[in-house]
Amino acid sequence: MLKVDQVTKRFGERVALEGVSFEVGRGRLTGFVGGNGAGKTTTMRIILGVLGADSGSVTLDGTPLSAGDRRRFGYMPEERGLYPKMKVHEQLVYLARLHGIAAKQAATNAGDLLERLGLAERANDTVESLSLGNQQRAQIAAALVHDPEVLILDEPFSGLDPMAVEVVLSVLQDVARRGAPVLFSSHQLDVVERLCDDIVVIAGGTIRASGSRERLQAENRGSQYELLTGGDAAWVREVPGVTVLQFDAGYALFEADSAAAQTVLRHALELGPVASFAPKHPSLTQIFKEVVQ
Amino acid sequence: MTTQTKAPVAAPSFVQSTLLVANREITTKLRSKSFLISTGILLLAVLASIVISGFAARDAASSTIPVATTAETSDVADLPGLDVTQASDAAEAEQLVRDGHVDAAVLPSSSASGYEIIGLEDVPDGLVQALSVSPEVTILEPADQDELIVYFVSIAFGLAFFMSAITFGQMIVQSVVEEKSTRVVEILMSAIPARALLAGKVLGNSALAFAQILAIALLSAVGLLVTGQDVLLGDLGPSIAWFVVFFVIGFVLLAAAFAASAALVSRQEDAGTVTTPVMMLVMIPYFLIILFGDNEFIVGIMSYVPFSAPVGMPMRIFLGTAEWWEPLLSLAIIIVSTVVVVLAGSKIYENALLRMGARVKLRDALKG
Repeated sequence: MLKVDQVTKRFGERVALEGVSFEVGRGRLTGFVGGNGAGKTTTMRIILGVLGADSGSVTLDGTPLSAGDRRRFGYMPEERGLYPKMKVHEQLVYLARLHGIAAKQAATNAGDLLERLGLAERANDTVESLSLGNQQRAQIAAALVHDPEVLILDEPFSGLDPMAVEVVLSVLQDVARRGAPVLFSSHQLDVVERLCDDIVVIAGGTIRASGSRERLQAENRGSQYELLTGGDAAWVREVPGVTVLQFDAGYALFEADSAAAQTVLRHALELGPVASFAPKHPSLTQIFKEVVQ
Repeated sequence: MTTQTKAPVAAPSFVQSTLLVANREITTKLRSKSFLISTGILLLAVLASIVISGFAARDAASSTIPVATTAETSDVADLPGLDVTQASDAAEAEQLVRDGHVDAAVLPSSSASGYEIIGLEDVPDGLVQALSVSPEVTILEPADQDELIVYFVSIAFGLAFFMSAITFGQMIVQSVVEEKSTRVVEILMSAIPARALLAGKVLGNSALAFAQILAIALLSAVGLLVTGQDVLLGDLGPSIAWFVVFFVIGFVLLAAAFAASAALVSRQEDAGTVTTPVMMLVMIPYFLIILFGDNEFIVGIMSYVPFSAPVGMPMRIFLGTAEWWEPLLSLAIIIVSTVVVVLAGSKIYENALLRMGARVKLRDALKG
């Protein structure tokens, strides 16, 4: 487990991070969500050791990270960049070797990854000759080519077409399945909601929420329920303690405490068959707005 | 979990990282056509200048002036550099000149010198000199080397240092700014320490510069031998050897300075302004040696200042004005200053590398 504990970072007078703590579990995809300037990139740079923290610690399975440990991390910075005039395969081999992989293994890894990411036939082209989408794939390959034990990706999906998102996602899930903690940031909250097991929300340099997606949704559920019945659901408005938010023939979205909600359900069953009744899960966008305020 | 049971990959040591970076620098340059072509042209120019100067020297030494004489002036045949044809009388000698068989005729005359020279359109300088009466000359402190040769040797050292420092300095600047402008630097820094990156760059480019200088030195030596200028080689050999030694260390100093200043900017367009001070440090010794190559005091100072010592000290060794311990002292000074510059440079480099956008102020980069 990768653990960020009470990390604080100042740039001159400005406090970029204030007591930031969260965990990235092994084998889980963790989404890192926050607005521009919230502190995502700074946090990731500190995890990677590219930037030093003023205080606090980053540990992997309880041990503080050494430079050697970090060498086995995979990193995709927000600011994309590879050597434009270097060939894709050669460049991946070079980066893998900087991470301590032997030359032969590095060549095999690079070949396999390019195959997997659909870049095999461009292996001997220079990076600058690739389309932006393909450059993005090469960038992801660069983060993965040394079989990292921890994966940190800053906005990995931005600029990818939906097909590529699926390819990259399956690669990330593979890495997570092998037991690596995977942390990635994204502006696209719907993508994070769909992909992540855990979510960390940061705003203004402090962590506003973190935990499993289900737990966050449950915690921020509020008191909204959805009811779908065969008949007309207009009667729901008459139930005491219930405020109907949306109504359409057999469908009703209403706010109520759990007792009132149970009353509604019982009443609905008396009236006829109930197609569905459930607390409404807030979308990540709603949770985000909620916790950031 | 599988990753925990997997044998951990050993992180490469600082030295390994440095060598990987250096290796990339070298292979990238060796694959660049423009680098190979410019190196080829440089080597050809060196070879050509040596061969041409060799032939010119041999021409001057072996050429003789064909002259006609009469019986009365036949004793000029004893003078060196004259190819004498004896004519029966003055008229025949004159005819030989008109026909172009000889360049001039030497006839008896009642003038102070006792000779009259007859030429067709002009008279060969060498002949007039040979027949002139020179005053006796005694030189109290003879110079070890011919003034013209000194001039050319000083230019050669100055130019070799200047060209290599500028060429490879530019390459380092480009390579540093490329990594910053393409942002690849952040990935590199997540893999290896910034200092290993700097060390690799300095090492790789210094190795290339050194190889080029060594090629020039060897080519000059071979060229001098082949063209029969081995006397000059004997005089020049020790200075060339010292030049190479000074160059290696002096270049590392410059390379670190170039890399550190290039790290302050994020775009190739801005590279010029920040590297100007270092450029000046490279150019000043070159102009000084051209302008004041014969001024013992200035060359003496130059031979101890770290930036100009690679030019100044070999020059003094060539002229024979340096005591045996002087190059060693100068070498010690340049090594110490190189260590200082490399340390300061790596600090600037480390701190400025991730600051994108506007130019980083030197003071901020040093503070960190």
